[in-house]
Amino acid sequence: MSDPVNSIAEWLRTIFSNWGLSEGLITVILAVLGVVILAAFVLIIDIMLVWIERKIVARFQDRFGPNRVGPFGIIQPIADVIKLLIKEDIMPNGADKFIFNIAPIIALAAVLLLWAVVPFAPTIIGADINVAVLYVVAIGSIGTLAIIMAGWASNNKYALLGAFRTVALMIAYEVPMLIALLVPVLLARSMGMQTIVAAQSTWYIFVVPLAAVILFISSIAELGRTPFDISEAESEIVAGFHIEYTGMKFGLFYAGELLHALTVSALISTLFLGGWRGPFVDQVPILGPVYLFIKSFLVYYLIMWIRYSFPRVRIDQMLGFNWKFLTPLALFLLIVVAILDKLLVGTSQAVYVLVMLGANLVIVWATVLILRAYARVERKRIGEERPVAISPDTESSELVGQE
Amino acid sequence: MTVLQVIFLITAVVTLGGAVMVVTARNLIHAALWLILTLFGVAVLYGLLNATFFTVIQVVIYIGAIAILMIFAIMLTRRVKQEAGSSVNKGWWLAGLMSLVLFTALVWMFSTWSGFQTTLPVMPANVDTIKVLGTALVSPNGYVIPFEIASVLLMAALIGAVVVAWERKS
Repeated sequence: MSDPVNSIAEWLRTIFSNWGLSEGLITVILAVLGVVILAAFVLIIDIMLVWIERKIVARFQDRFGPNRVGPFGIIQPIADVIKLLIKEDIMPNGADKFIFNIAPIIALAAVLLLWAVVPFAPTIIGADINVAVLYVVAIGSIGTLAIIMAGWASNNKYALLGAFRTVALMIAYEVPMLIALLVPVLLARSMGMQTIVAAQSTWYIFVVPLAAVILFISSIAELGRTPFDISEAESEIVAGFHIEYTGMKFGLFYAGELLHALTVSALISTLFLGGWRGPFVDQVPILGPVYLFIKSFLVYYLIMWIRYSFPRVRIDQMLGFNWKFLTPLALFLLIVVAILDKLLVGTSQAVYVLVMLGANLVIVWATVLILRAYARVERKRIGEERPVAISPDTESSELVGQE
Repeated sequence: MTVLQVIFLITAVVTLGGAVMVVTARNLIHAALWLILTLFGVAVLYGLLNATFFTVIQVVIYIGAIAILMIFAIMLTRRVKQEAGSSVNKGWWLAGLMSLVLFTALVWMFSTWSGFQTTLPVMPANVDTIKVLGTALVSPNGYVIPFEIASVLLMAALIGAVVVAWERKS
């Protein structure tokens, strides 16, 4: 009984076929059951994420965080859910009712859909499709759509501005994200998640660390988390696209955002940290989810660490960072990895990994050198005396001696 | 009726209904959202045909890029909150005629097509369709020339976009 999920599925299949159900119907029933169980499992983790996130941000900010309801405040999220459910449901004047109501559902569903391709163990995965990496990108665009719908249907200028900013951000950061995703695909010769995990006898973070970093940065942008949270920048556009949402509708956005962070962590763990790989996982497949979640929560902690340590960047800085820095770097890395991969055909695993790692480190070193030179120029430019606003009537001689 | 047929029928109804709503919806944003539903229905049809790559590409390109850019453009250019007037113009009868001719031609073509009786060929279990597709796109015996022409065309479009957006310092 090392693989309970598949054993239960087999057991149910025999029961159903004893009842005389047709083969096709049994498959459908089992698929629906699997979807419901996976979604419920992920959403229960999501409720706990509220507590984890609030507790950890409190530590970063030298506070206690929730500590009143239950031991260590662990029942706080349940209380939050009850509070959200009994809040008044407010529909803004002039809102597009149907789109306004459906947008938060799509936002959360788009995140849940991503779990379909996350492999939990060698034998446990929602759908081992051969285009899983592209599927992740496709579902991401549906999440963008939900935010546009929410921003537009709210009939609120701030909400619309937030939606616009989100689209600019998502379209921009999708490019380096896709290129970074191509690197593990290239190394594993497949877009299927199980194949990628199986190919990682050496975790890809040790083979192509730069790709992992690029994917990590662009994923944070895709999440819309600080330092990339311009779509809900509190000090500029109040709350962005979800400004008009109250009660559980806001709760769905909030839950979706938290779960999205964990989902992205799980995907990064799968692509670069070996997914379910760990000691004894071949004998006991049920250990796979444990390893996966340990790795995911480590990445999640990193995302939170960045979120609560960095200030928000301006939108022009953000887009400039993407188009002038991240995208060219990702493209260059992809070309280097592709060429090296062909050159290293037939060499041993150790040589392969060492050369790849070395190439990555050289690229990082060159990038840092270029950035330092650029920063020096920028500092000089900013340090120069800038023209001050003066009246056209002022004689230039009067300015002498003034700042 | 098998489960697959039920799913196909539901998808077909949703796709066609969405397509009708695209042309009849008065609000442009609503029309764009109906269009997304229609495109999604087409993606599901690809999925039912086991063409996973096309399913995902349909969503990435048509919903993720084209439809979102469309909504973006509509939001920026029109006062979308207002109803946009009548949705037919003077040439409606011409469009209707063309659609009728096209529809008749298609029905006639399909009524003479013998492909409905052939059973689907079973795919070998260990074939990775994406690998086959990728090899076909770049192999000299396959489609390398159309592929390269399309690449050059896209490159030209990219450069054209840069030229249009270029700020000349005068």
